[in-house]
Amino acid sequence: MITFMNNSDSEEEPCNERTSLMSAESPPVPSYQDGLQASEAGGAQAHRKRRTGSSRSPNNIADGDMSSLGVPVRETTSENEEEELTLKYGAKHVIMLFVPVTLCMIVVVATIKSVRFYTEKNGQLIYTPFSEDTPSVGQRLLNSVLNTIIMISVIVVMTVFLVLLYKYRCYKFIHGWLILSSLMLLFLFTYIYLGEVLKTYNVAMDYPTLFLVIWNFGAVGMICIHWKGPLQLQQAYLIMISALMALVFIKYLPEWSAWVILGAISIYDLMAVLCPKGPLRMLVETAQERNEPIFPALIYSSAMMWTVGMAKPDTAARGSTQQTWDAAEDGRENHRSPLHADPQRSETRSSGPTRPITSFEELEEEERGVKLGLGDFIFYSVLVGKAAATASGDWNTTLACFVAILIGLCLTLLLLAVFKKALPALPISITFGLIFYFSTDNLVRPFMDTLASHQLYI
Amino acid sequence: RALAVPGRAFFWLVSLLLSSLIWFIAVKASDPRDELLQKGLLIFGVMFSVLLQEAFRFLYYKLLRKAIEGLVALSEDGCSPISIQQMAYVAGVGFGLMSGAFSMINLLADSLGPGTVGIHGDSQLYFLTSAFMTMVLIFLHTFWGILFFHGCEHRRWWEIAAVVVMHLAVSGSTFCNPLYVGSLVPSYVLMAAAATWAYLLSGGSAQNLRRFLLCK
Repeated sequence: MITFMNNSDSEEEPCNERTSLMSAESPPVPSYQDGLQASEAGGAQAHRKRRTGSSRSPNNIADGDMSSLGVPVRETTSENEEEELTLKYGAKHVIMLFVPVTLCMIVVVATIKSVRFYTEKNGQLIYTPFSEDTPSVGQRLLNSVLNTIIMISVIVVMTVFLVLLYKYRCYKFIHGWLILSSLMLLFLFTYIYLGEVLKTYNVAMDYPTLFLVIWNFGAVGMICIHWKGPLQLQQAYLIMISALMALVFIKYLPEWSAWVILGAISIYDLMAVLCPKGPLRMLVETAQERNEPIFPALIYSSAMMWTVGMAKPDTAARGSTQQTWDAAEDGRENHRSPLHADPQRSETRSSGPTRPITSFEELEEEERGVKLGLGDFIFYSVLVGKAAATASGDWNTTLACFVAILIGLCLTLLLLAVFKKALPALPISITFGLIFYFSTDNLVRPFMDTLASHQLYI
Repeated sequence: RALAVPGRAFFWLVSLLLSSLIWFIAVKASDPRDELLQKGLLIFGVMFSVLLQEAFRFLYYKLLRKAIEGLVALSEDGCSPISIQQMAYVAGVGFGLMSGAFSMINLLADSLGPGTVGIHGDSQLYFLTSAFMTMVLIFLHTFWGILFFHGCEHRRWWEIAAVVVMHLAVSGSTFCNPLYVGSLVPSYVLMAAAATWAYLLSGGSAQNLRRFLLCK
């Protein structure tokens, strides 16, 4: 849900909505907890996953042959197994998230370092109207704080608007918004990006070829993201659009404002997800009440995601979402294990509810995917990209921020395993990233430079 | 298992951060024109950084110990999915990679640009020796990781002390730069020693080696 925010009138608009969306949707960071939870927090995905998890235990017990001892032992065994599996899968999921986050950051840093366009100052977004060209430090600080306030309030307004839309079931509007904004992102931003890259490397390309390339890229992207497509391709597209978005932010946000905005957004994220009246929390709870999936188009998932069309009204014990999810995970499992035949996979794609039973057994030893909001991708990349663009210590700072963000992500996922409810993915990582950026730039850089000039090694 | 690498890198980063903080404060508090004092402060900074790195290695060992104990408690048959030696190896690799990356990456980026090495009378072998030095340091960190963890596991303090002394020696030998003989040769010798020691500690022997080489 949260995902929709993208409108698309102006170039800057989608940036913001998406941002708000993205940060808004960090709650769905959730659930790689497979079996354990009983709590109702988390996104619909978490909800679904938990349902599957709880259905696993009866399956474990039902499946029976595991131990020759009595049922209680079997239960504790299955609990232990589930915990251990959770930890193992938790670790696996951390790795599954490391790869796309790393890829996104690599793309952004590579572009920043090579394409001049994204480090030139060519104006600002309308959301950050105060310029930072003032001579005095105090004035500059004030301007950046004001910019941040404006930006954050835009984000809050958008999030609330989204929640209202969702509450009053204006699904078509949300759909249209979503499609329009990803259209803009996939076509316009890609066109600009491609143009700048070609300019940098002085490669000539004629318009018909360009049109063909962009059309194919955009059309396939729309289909992949909003409808069906191979999982890897969908993930690749999501990574690419996150990188594009992050690049736009890096270009159009003035220096100090960017850092203050990063800090403010993590605080906002924290509040929006954890406070009882926070918009994101309300969104998640509404989604849970209605047993509906959150619109998947702007959430990165390492498992297959299906669009809203897949969700069917509930049948009996579990939500259709869960069935869809099971089918999705089943499909993903099929995707990975060659044992399952392809027809089965296409079957999972088309009809969720028809295979609820079988999908459970197949879910026994299967991995759950992990979901992370695209806004988190975007802001991580903005942090690392800004570090690459503006730090004078160059690569050391970038590397330090990168490691800090990864560790923050690790910790967040660990906390997720402990608390078992939706958590914002931004605060810890961004805090670490900011601390490491400023400290590496100011403290470590002179030290390392001096060491390198004397060729000393520590 | 792969998680240990960024974790390790993080710990190294924090140790680097703290040591550069100390150095920075010392430099700011001192007279910038006094060459000898600056050199002395630099040496002090390096030594302090080495000690901090080893301290953080120890902290990381403690953390890993707890994690493994937790995993063992959770698993049903009481044996952990990952042994402490593997963790030691991965931890060493993480430390080494981070240290190497920080030493090398700016050099690499600069080497892409225009310029001539040694045009102002510095050594022309700067890049080459930096590369070799970084390599030997990465290897050393890996071996030190194994030795250190082994020492902590079996409560052999002299092993830990040996690691610290070796690290100090290697860092100290780099003070001889640009007299590269003074720094590279001892470092490689120490690396060979650490390699054999770590190999023996991990259960290897001359027989294993022969069998491996002859592909039996």
